[in-house]
Order: sequence, then C-alpha cells, then structure tokens
Amino acid sequence: MSKELVKAIADMREGEALRLAREMAAGGSPPMEILNAAREAMGIVGQRYQEGTYFLPELVLAGEMLNQITDIVKPELAKLPEIKRHGKVVIGTVAGDIHDIGKNIVSFMLDVNGFQVHDLGVDVPPQKFVEAIRDFQPQVVGLSGFLTLAFDSMKGTVEAIKAAGLRDKVKIMVGGGQVNDKIQEYAGADAYGKDAMAGVSLAKKWVGDK
Amino acid sequence: MEKQLSPDEKLEALWQGVLAPKDPQGNPLQFQSPEAKKAYQERILRFKDAIQMNKLPDRVPVTIFPSMFPWTSAGMTVQEAMYDYAKCAAAFKKFILDFEPDVQWLAVAPGPGKFYEILDYKLYSWPGHGVSPEHSYQCNEGEYMKANEYDALIQDPTGFFLNVYLPRVFGALGGFQMLPFFPGILEMYGVALNFIPFGLPPVQNTFKALFEAGGEALKWIGTVGSVDGELASLGFPALLGGFTKAPFDVIGDTLRGTKEVMLDIYRQPDKLIKAMEALTPLMIKMGVGSAQMTGHPLIFVPLHKGADGFLSDEQFKKFYWPTLKEVLLGLIEGGCVPLPAAEGGYSSRLDVVKDLPKGKTLWMIDLTDMGDVKKTLGKNACLLGNVPSALLNLGTPQEVKDYVKRLIDVAGRDGGLIVCNGAFFDQAKPENVKAMVDATKEYGVYN
Repeated sequence: MSKELVKAIADMREGEALRLAREMAAGGSPPMEILNAAREAMGIVGQRYQEGTYFLPELVLAGEMLNQITDIVKPELAKLPEIKRHGKVVIGTVAGDIHDIGKNIVSFMLDVNGFQVHDLGVDVPPQKFVEAIRDFQPQVVGLSGFLTLAFDSMKGTVEAIKAAGLRDKVKIMVGGGQVNDKIQEYAGADAYGKDAMAGVSLAKKWVGDK
Repeated sequence: MEKQLSPDEKLEALWQGVLAPKDPQGNPLQFQSPEAKKAYQERILRFKDAIQMNKLPDRVPVTIFPSMFPWTSAGMTVQEAMYDYAKCAAAFKKFILDFEPDVQWLAVAPGPGKFYEILDYKLYSWPGHGVSPEHSYQCNEGEYMKANEYDALIQDPTGFFLNVYLPRVFGALGGFQMLPFFPGILEMYGVALNFIPFGLPPVQNTFKALFEAGGEALKWIGTVGSVDGELASLGFPALLGGFTKAPFDVIGDTLRGTKEVMLDIYRQPDKLIKAMEALTPLMIKMGVGSAQMTGHPLIFVPLHKGADGFLSDEQFKKFYWPTLKEVLLGLIEGGCVPLPAAEGGYSSRLDVVKDLPKGKTLWMIDLTDMGDVKKTLGKNACLLGNVPSALLNLGTPQEVKDYVKRLIDVAGRDGGLIVCNGAFFDQAKPENVKAMVDATKEYGVYN
C-alpha cells in the first residue's frame, strides 16, 4: 500500500493519498512507513520540479498533502528517529523585505534534497541570522530578497556575520527578484543562485555531496 | 442616436486629448514657453509612434517608471513621501526636471499615508505600520477570500467586495457587512426596510470614516496631482490612464493568496475559472472607465503569477492567459493601450502571448532576454524596458550606457522599443538613471 501512497502523492491525487494514509494508519502500518512513503513522494515531486514538469501548484499541494499526512500519524510522531541529513541550511528573506514565495520554493527543494533547513521567515534582521548560525551551525546560509532594498540588507547581513566572526564557518548564497551576480559581489556572498535548483546545487557542492 | 466610435477612433480621441491638454478650469493649458509646448507634443508623438509601429519616431523614446526612487533619491524617507504631500509633489517635480524622461508616470506611487490609517488598511504594511520609515510598503498576503466563497464572488462580485472583502482588508469598513442587498430595492412596499442599516451605529461609523478618508484622498490628490499640470506646462506629458489586472492575479494576489490559488488549481479548478470569467468584464470596465475619466490612453496591467516558474505551460494556457487575453482585447476594444508588465522572466510565455493585434499594446519587459522577446512578442508589440535594477544600483554610468546601446541594437533598430527600467525600483545611483536617459537620447536617434 505504501507504493500506492507514494504514487498518489507524487501524481497529485490528494483525495486518494489521504484515504490511503488513513487506511494504512488504521490498519496498523507503522507511522514511519507512512511518513517514509510521503517523503519518498516529496523526492519525486522535487525531481519533477527540477525537470520542469512540476511547478508551484504541485509544490504547494505536495506540501499540503505532507502536512495532512503528518497530522494523520501525529500521535506516534514522538517516537520517530531523526532521518539522516546531508547538511544544514539557514535561510530567510532579509531585513525590510516580506516576500517569501521564492524563498519557500528554495526551502522545499533543499528539504526534499536531504538538507535540514532552518527557515527564519521574512524581514529577518542580520542579528537573527547571526544567532541562527551560532545555534544551528549550518554549512550554508541562503539570503533571499525581492525588492531593491534587499541589496543593502544582504550586504548588511553578510557584514554582521563577518563581524560575529562566523564568516568562514558558512557559505552564503543569495537569490530572488532582481538579484544577480553583481548583487552577490556587492553583498559579499559566495554565490548567486538563479533559481531553486541552482540553490540546491550550490548547497550540495558546499557540503561536499554529489 | 449618437454615433458609435470604433476602437481606433476612441483611442485617437484620447491621443488628441493628451496632445491638447487642458488646465483644471477646462481651458487650453498655458505652456511656459513655445519650446515646452513643442517638446511636450514631440514626446507624446515619440511614444505614440513607437507603440503603434506604423512609422519610426525621431528617436527611441526613454522613460523612468520607478516606485520610490524619485523620493529616496531626494534624500526623503518613503514615510515622508507618504505623509508630506507637498514634499512628495515637490520631489517628484524635481525628479522629472532633473532626469528629463519623455513621459512621467505621476507622483501617486507613495499614496496618502494618513488615508490608510483612517481606514485601517490591513492588506499592506507601510512605513510606521510594520515597515521601517525608509522602506516601501509591501503586501500582506492572506486568505482574504475563503476557499468556500467562490460562489458568492461568482454570483455577485460587487456584492462580495462590499459585504465581505472590503471589511476584511479595511478595519474601518466593518459596517459594510451590514449593507442591504441593493438589487432588492425595487418597490415602495417595504422599501424603507432596506435602509435600516444606515441608521445603525456600525454602518454610520463606517460612513464617518469614509467621509474622512475621502477628504484625505482629495487633499492628497489636490497636492500631488497638481504636479501633472505643472510638468505638462514645462513639456513633460503623462500618459498613464489607470490600471487593471489579470483575473488570475486578482484572485491570486489579494483575494485568495498565492498558496491558496495554487491549491485551487487542483482542488476547485472549475470555480477558479468561473470566478476569473466573472471578473473579466469588470477588469475591462475598470481600465476603460479610468482611461475615459483621466483622458490618458495607457492602462497598466502588472502581471504576477503567470511568470516563468509559477505555472506549467498547460496551466498558464488554461488558467492564466485566456482571461488575461480577453482583458487585453477588451481594453483595446475600449480605445486604450494596455501596458502589461511582464515582471520576472517571461521566456516560456512568449509563444503564447505573442499573437496580439499589431501596434495595440505596450509590454514592459523585466528579466526576459530582449532578443527573444523581439523575435516573438516584439513583432506585434512595442517593448518597454529592460535596464536591470542591479545595474542601476551597482553599475557605472558607462556600463549603463553600454547596456542601453546593446538594447537599442538588439530590440530597437526598427522601432517598437522604449528604453526604461525593467522592474520597479526604490533605490539606484542617480547618475546611472541619468545615464540610461542620456544614452537613449544619444544612441537612439533614427536616421
């Protein structure tokens, strides 16, 4: 049944996916099996997004299905072991900017590609990035921004990370809206990612994963 | 019976109207010099010829279509521009006189801060209300229309806006929830019952807020709007007649929100399409009505959720384009020039949107490769753009000049190009913005 669940989620059949998950839960399937199926499906969704057959509607619906399925198995969730991750990423939309569509796509794609993502949300002050780097110890930091004001906020964030003595602990990537390699250079980041796939490749490269 | 004007005649009447501007009393506008009058008319014709693609203008037109740059570059905060109307107007006037673009896009972008406060506008955060003084206002996306409210919107869009939507996005308009059902006001028998809500305190408080808000809006436009006449008399025309939106964006931006509209594509596609169809004539009416009211032909249509990466080709063709196309054709039919702004990348959409009637639309292009656009959409439509924000912020004047020169070579040699920034920007180096204008004037001359 878990194969069917994987396929139902990956093919965007929400009603069927939820029915299967409920049936599995009621039939005594271990939560781990249900969640593993959901995660496998997320990987396929990410793959299809990467190939250009899936777009934002599919990412959003996949995320919704995952949330609902997690709710279905929740009573047992506490017993689940943490799955193995390739690396850690702190991501957020920089100070002054509250746009999050692009950042959320990058978060989703990093997650399905095996990264542990700590998403700080929008309008994130530089100091909050610094604290998150200290607490969470990521290898990669992603700075997102849509408006032209984000250029200076990105620069300010990189400077704050430097001032905190953490610059050589992380690789920093920037992206979103009007951001390009010029902005990367201005901000003092390590790379610019044109889209979510570029972000994933950069993160993989930086943590030494193929 | 009055003779019906054809779409072309309606549009030509608007062009002739802007060519012969009037002062607020309705008399012919007094230009400050014969040179100003000549420059004013030349600038309009330059735009008109570029858009209509019948003949080459004297040179490639150039304009600056910013968001907060006119004020940030004057050393003001966005907050000041939103709350000090006189300062806002003065800075905008200086901006146009300093940079000398062919067409100006009005001093209305900051809008009246006090007005938003009076109505307790919840849809946006603005300086002092969730955003710092120096930053621009930004939209608070939310589910302002619930998943189960499509039928209400479809059956009666205006009623839905009045009774449901507006009270959600304006805290002070709560009284609208109690408004009567207006199409039920039919006969003397029982007619007074419909008016009971107007006697109730919540409705009366809402109307009090409206009177105050209306007064504030009037005060604001009286100040920032007066710049238009002054600038016209100095030779700088405005052509923007209003705005409207793609029905998909109406729902996806401010009614359902991005996440929800994406889910609706899967969960209730038929209702989404029906709702967009119900909104289409209203979006046409909005644009055409506002062009007629202002007397200006260009109707701005910002495009958001149809950009590259948001939807698949099939989804774009099924959900985004049909009603947008109808809106664009409806605007043309109503005698306007639609100005869709293809924000972000539009490479994957070019083949779908390219077959519009020739010389009837003006497309603002952001990150899409201008060579590709020229070969597709650009065969039928004049292009406006696409100097990047990053370049205007961080480049040198020489780099900007080089970019403009390449842009003209790639997309402007046979007309159909207006040089402009590609995206709306708040910050830039003034010398780079100036270089964009100067380079166009220098390299853009047609022989």
